[in-house]
Amino acid sequence: MPGLPHYLVLSALLFMFGVYGLLTRRNLVAMLLCVELILNAAALNFVTFHHFLFRGDPAGAVFPILIIAVAAAEAAVALAIIIAQFRHTRNLDARAADTLHG
Amino acid sequence: MTGSWFLDHLWLVPLLPFAGFLLVALVLRPLAGPRACSAAAIAAVAGSAIVGWGAAFAYFSRHLGETLVPWQATWLAFTPTFSGNVGVIADDLSLLLVMVVTGVSLLVHIYSTGYLHGEPGYPRYFACLNLFTASMLGLVLSVSILQIYVFWELVGVSSFLLIGYYWEKPSAVSACKKAFIVTRFADLGFLLGLLVLAAYAGGMDFAHLGDPATLERLSGVRLLGTSALTLSAVLVYAGAAGKSAMFPLHIWLPDAMEGPTPVSALIHAATMVVAGVYLVARLFPLYTATPEGLGVVTAIGTFTALFAAVIAVTQFDIKRVLAFSTLSQLGYMMLALGVARAEEPLGFTASTFHLATHACFKALLFLGAGSVIHAVHSNDIREMGGLRRKMPLTHATFLVACLAIAGVPPLSGFFSKDEILAAALHGGHPVVFGVAMLVAGLTAFYMFRLYFLTFSGAPRDHHRFEHAHESPASMTAPLAVLAVPSVLLGFVPFGHFVNRGELGHHGIDFAIAIPATLAGLAGIGLAALLYARPSAAPDRIAAALGALYRAVYAKFYFDEIYLFVTHKIIFRFISRPLAWFDRRIVDGTMDLTAQASRLGGSWLRLSASGRLQNALRFVAGGACGLMLVLILGRAIPRILAVVGYAAIALVLVAQVVRNLRGRGEPLKRIERD
Repeated sequence: MPGLPHYLVLSALLFMFGVYGLLTRRNLVAMLLCVELILNAAALNFVTFHHFLFRGDPAGAVFPILIIAVAAAEAAVALAIIIAQFRHTRNLDARAADTLHG
Repeated sequence: MTGSWFLDHLWLVPLLPFAGFLLVALVLRPLAGPRACSAAAIAAVAGSAIVGWGAAFAYFSRHLGETLVPWQATWLAFTPTFSGNVGVIADDLSLLLVMVVTGVSLLVHIYSTGYLHGEPGYPRYFACLNLFTASMLGLVLSVSILQIYVFWELVGVSSFLLIGYYWEKPSAVSACKKAFIVTRFADLGFLLGLLVLAAYAGGMDFAHLGDPATLERLSGVRLLGTSALTLSAVLVYAGAAGKSAMFPLHIWLPDAMEGPTPVSALIHAATMVVAGVYLVARLFPLYTATPEGLGVVTAIGTFTALFAAVIAVTQFDIKRVLAFSTLSQLGYMMLALGVARAEEPLGFTASTFHLATHACFKALLFLGAGSVIHAVHSNDIREMGGLRRKMPLTHATFLVACLAIAGVPPLSGFFSKDEILAAALHGGHPVVFGVAMLVAGLTAFYMFRLYFLTFSGAPRDHHRFEHAHESPASMTAPLAVLAVPSVLLGFVPFGHFVNRGELGHHGIDFAIAIPATLAGLAGIGLAALLYARPSAAPDRIAAALGALYRAVYAKFYFDEIYLFVTHKIIFRFISRPLAWFDRRIVDGTMDLTAQASRLGGSWLRLSASGRLQNALRFVAGGACGLMLVLILGRAIPRILAVVGYAAIALVLVAQVVRNLRGRGEPLKRIERD
């Protein structure tokens, strides 16, 4: 039966994968996926603590739902931007998206 | 207030020429013709002269012996008890100077309309002349030593402008710079003396500085191994010596003859150069309280009188002879002040008397010389001769002035010189008396050498002689007017009007007057013998004297000595290293910080690449940093400081290394020279 540490380690791993991917991948879609990984690692953290330590407190259950909602909105906006960017430059490389750089 | 409109409105005296200066310089010069400019300038000085002479007559007839201050205001209130005042002072000394300055200035203004007729700088000349007159009148009417210092510098500036009137001539440019720098250097002494007085006397008004209680206090303060009184007297005298061209600072006056001749008559004979004498006379109570200070005044005055007279004997430039003669006569005035004592103030009266008579006959000599130069277009007396027939009026007035300066009775110079000699003898200075007697003979000799070479004998340059002609009436009229006081001023009972206490000796002392007259006549006779008709004797004597003659002719090489000292010693060993230190070390440090900031900036710029991943790396780094803060806790500020200083040091060292390897980018240099 996995306990608190197992879930926390999983969450940490997910987070580190997300950060690593964000720093190394240059594909905008892949970077978006990595952001989703980070968000979900955080959500998992909330649920874990809620389940094992703060059963009676509803905050631990509400926050993951909030995060999922924000992630969905974020994914929608980000994908829209990425598509617009792709249409504009025919390229998904993050390095190419520097038109706003002074 | 004083019952005289002129005395109550004495402030108009300096104000009118200043208004004239503004009007001519700003309005008439661009808008109206040259005649309007000179007319306005003359009107301003004439108005000033009317007020000044009216005030003087009112004072000398009704208020003799009083010190009036018709107008005064607090200018700089440093503390409630210590302030710098401005105002106008009316006493015998200031009103005497007002009469001299306005009188000579008015005549010089009129004379200049003829002398500078048709010159392109004519309006500028009159504007500057008005500025000078205003400054000089402000100087003589000052109520405080601070006010006199301000006008002192204004006089210096206007003198600079007027000497440099022919600015397209390099010699005039260097002459005006020289005059300004030398007098400015001397004024440093004046300023220091002023500061000493301000610090220890507790006030800057002349009324306060002449107070016995103040002098008592000043003599009680020890400063640099002497009393504050003596120190300030000597320092102020340095400024006075610069303006009056006393011995070590005399070098500017002969060169100042590059200016137009009327300027030499006004500034470098009658008015500005006597400002030093005036200053010492104004601070007479202060000087009489310090025998050492008076000793300096006497020694330098006596030496200058002799030194300049000896040089004047050898010069051939008509204006330079007169310039050295002025130096010598200024030395006379100074030595007279120096031998005066509080209990025996004959020297004071003698000095101011000689100041007045000298102003008349020396201005007359300069204006006469200007008339000659105007006629023959040369300054060299070797190219003149025989001008008596061509220029009768100039000749007559010049002869009168020569007789006056030689001390021939009963002309004005005889009386004033006699008083100076009497003051020296009765003041217990036999050496000074002897030197003064010798100078009297020398004066007569070199003046008549000048006179004979210029006006008598046969013309030496026929071309110039043919073209010579008498000057226009605007020039000869001032000569005639000045000749009157040159003859008659001696009969004024001067000691009755201008004095600082009862005079023990009065009237002509024949034991002094007869030898002095004989010395003058001997000088004239010798000059007549050598120069009245063409003769080889002067050249033979010069050849016989050899090196001595050459040294005197070269003015004892003082210009060369000063050049050597300034260029070879001061510039090379002080100025150059200091300039190097300034450029390399002071500026270098500033440049280094600027360059290092730029280097550090160029490094920091790498962080802001605009790449998403780069920014994210900083986010991740920042998160790690926050974690470190949580772990390390309170040591963080110190660590950050160390890191910051290390970063600055790293950048500085990197920049120094780059500069040393010659790879440092130079900053855009500002032109510093």
